[in-house]
Formats: sequence, C-alpha cells, structure tokens
Amino acid sequence: MSDSSRRGTVLPLRVELAIYFRLLAMQGSWNYETLNGTGIGFAIEPALRYLPGGIDGPAYRAALARESRYFNTHPYLAGIAVGALTRAELDGVESARLERFRTALAGPLGSVGDRLVWASWLPFCSLVAIGVYGAGGSAMAVVATFLLLYNAGHFLLRAWGLRIGLSRGLNVASALGNPVFRQGPQYIGSAAALVAGVALPLALQRVAGPGRALAGGILVTALIGILLLARLRERAQGWRIALGVLAVFVLYSVLT
Amino acid sequence: MTLLETLPLALLGALLGLDVVSFPQAMLSRPIVAATLAGAFIGNPAAGLTIGVVLEMIALDTLPFGASRYPEWGSAGVVGGALFAAQPSGMPGALPACLLATLLTASISGWSMVVLRRIIASRLERTRDRIEEGSRDALLSLHLSGMTMDLLRAGLVTTIAMLIFGPLVAAIVAIWGSESAPSHAVVVVIAAIVAGGALWKVFHSVRHVLWFFLGGLLVWTALLVTL
Repeated sequence: MSDSSRRGTVLPLRVELAIYFRLLAMQGSWNYETLNGTGIGFAIEPALRYLPGGIDGPAYRAALARESRYFNTHPYLAGIAVGALTRAELDGVESARLERFRTALAGPLGSVGDRLVWASWLPFCSLVAIGVYGAGGSAMAVVATFLLLYNAGHFLLRAWGLRIGLSRGLNVASALGNPVFRQGPQYIGSAAALVAGVALPLALQRVAGPGRALAGGILVTALIGILLLARLRERAQGWRIALGVLAVFVLYSVLT
Repeated sequence: MTLLETLPLALLGALLGLDVVSFPQAMLSRPIVAATLAGAFIGNPAAGLTIGVVLEMIALDTLPFGASRYPEWGSAGVVGGALFAAQPSGMPGALPACLLATLLTASISGWSMVVLRRIIASRLERTRDRIEEGSRDALLSLHLSGMTMDLLRAGLVTTIAMLIFGPLVAAIVAIWGSESAPSHAVVVVIAAIVAGGALWKVFHSVRHVLWFFLGGLLVWTALLVTL
C-alpha cells in the first residue's frame, strides 16, 4: 500500500474499541524510565497492524518501537495522543515529525489533565458523595452517586479524546483549547467549594453522632487546624500529620 | 481472622488496588467505595461507609498527580472497611484504631507501588533491545506482567495487613481507655482539618472560592435551623 492510499485509512469499530479498552489499562507497565511510553505502545498496537506488511512488516515494528518510547500524559487524556499518533502512523507521517509531535504534546496533556481531573473533577465528585452521606444517604446511594457521577465524566473524556485524536491527527493541539479545559477547573472548583460548605459539616455531624456537648470544641479546633494547614500549603502533608496525631492518641487511650 | 478467611478480602483488595493505577482507574479504589464494599463483604456496609467517608476526607489531601508518591487507598480502604465493620458496635476505640491501621496500610501500600515501578523499570531494561526492535511479544509481556504484579502486590498487602491489624485492633479496642464522644471527636477534628487544608491547597486559586464556601456553610446553617 502506498503512502497516499494509506492516508485516511478508516479503522474498523472493533479496532477502535480495542484501543479504547487498552487505554483503560495503559498504565499497567508505568515505570520511572519511560513513564506512560510502553502503555502508549500497548494501546496503539491494534491499529498498527493495519500498516503495510501487517504484524510482521518492518513498518509495524518500527512504529511499535517508536510509540513505546518515553511519554508522559494524564491517563484520561492519553486517548488524544493515541488517536493522533494512530492517525499519523497510518498516514505515513515521517518519523522525525512524529518524535517532535510526541515531545510537544506530552507536557500539555499532563498538566491540563491534572488540573481538570485530579484537582477538580475528582474532589468535586468526592464532596458530592460525602454530601449524600451527610444528608443521610445509604451505603448504596453514596457509592452509586460517586461512581456514576465520576465515571460519566471519566469514560466520556476518554472516548472524546480518542475520537478527536483519530479525526484530527497531528492537528489535535487545538482540541486542548476546548472551553472545558480552559474554564472547567474554574467552574468545577467554584461548585466544589459550595458543595464543601454544605457537605463537610453535614458528614462530620453524622460521623460524630448524636449529642452536641463537644460541638463547639470540635469547631474551634478544626478551624484553627485548617488555618494552620492552609498557611503551610505544600510544606505539610495533612494525611501524614493525621497519622502522627492518631498514633499518639491511640497510644494515650491504650495506656491510660 | 485466619488466612482462609482473609482470601475474599484479599481478592477485593487486589482488584481495587489494581484500579489505583493499572486498570481501569474508575476510582473504585477511592476509600469511600473500597471501605463500603469491604464493609458489605463483612455484612455491615454502614460501618464500612462511615470509615470510608472519614478516609475519603483524608484522601482529598493525596490526589494522584503524575509520578508523585502517594498512599494507596484501594487495598487500604478494603482493610479499613473490613476492620471497622468487624468490630462490635458502640466500641469507643474502634474508629480511631481502625483509622490508624488503615493509614499505616495506605502508607506501606504506597511504598510497595514505588517498588513495583522500579521492578517494571528493571524488567524494561532487560527487554529494551527487543522492544526497540518492535517486538510485540516483549511489549505485551512487559505490560501484562506489570499488571499481574500490581494485582498480586495489592492482594498481598491486603492479606498481610488483615493478618496483622485484625488481632491488633481487636486488642486495642478491648483495652481502650478514652470515652466514646471524645474518641469520635478526635477523628472528626482530624478529618475536618485534613479535608479543609487539602481543599484550600487545591482550590485556593479559584476566583471567589471563599465566598462559594461560605455560601455552602450558609446553606448548611439554614438546614441546621430548619430541620
């Protein structure tokens, strides 16, 4: 097959589904050497079989080796890279250009994904679930709310990324200018703050149980603690402090 | 708890530990889910949910950014939910003791993920030439063995944690000296501080974030007064 006839190769739906499914497992070989690189190779592999010569051809082997090298991305946005690289490989884009594209795309995909998913969508969904618990929700209601809400965003984002990557190829960079990426963290952050104001006290009330004898003390201590931790920001890890305080308290309660 | 009794929990811990990074990252491994499921395994999902919510607040402080080292909440959530659900209800020391065991498990399990990533890197080093030649078999072998090792890692962490912390937590709960209300209060204060600090760390750059938070508090106050 010549380069020009390969251009625009349409992948069968089952191959797109295979890539999508493999994207869910793309971090299975995550390591400190190639980060997501081997995962990208793993996800893109079903499409590379459509290169001239098939699975035993030199084009397939060269592309698989190239796509398995170092790469860093947010896992949910890896579909954008995998889709774009699939399109480019099938269109016969030259190797040097592909390398430049990989280098240029990695950083933005990581930071955009971190901001949108880990620092916005995940805490927002957690807070909504915590709020459902605080409002008296059952175990099933809380877990279902969290999983359905979170994964609606998760699976759609992955599917959109793969689709946009496959359709735009190396011109995919403009997709990162999507309003969801630019404005999403701001809006989700505002919503999360609003939900936190209702959800956290409601949930803490339910955990503390009936009786308000210690409510004032809890509130004042918590506020002081939050202010101190907020001032320390990146210099302190709250969960480590929690571990230390809890260990001391357990020790005290056992020895007295 | 015997080794045989921990097997179903070990399987759950293995699957949820796999979800953290390897597959499918659907956040089944968040403590609010993992602890509740483990509680349901023991026959007490409500208890699993209670400790799951507290852990979820603490987990807000450890979002899984890139290559950073963070606690592994999947297996730890299973351990926490199972331990707390197995305690007799109304025991004042149950929540703090189980929470401590869970945080220790999460920390150790996080370390085990770092070890796993190093092992995968060393396996990659051994097969690098074949992968550079475009060997499909070498790539698939590396990838699938990485996932298998992650599954085993999480199952092993869950089993060992249950075998160690099961009797230890029961002993702590039996000789617990503090009263119920202060014991729960300490846990609530810790969860509130860590969650509040974490949310500030994540959202402090959002415009008018404090106003939104205060708006939420106002809604809570209204609910408190009217209900």
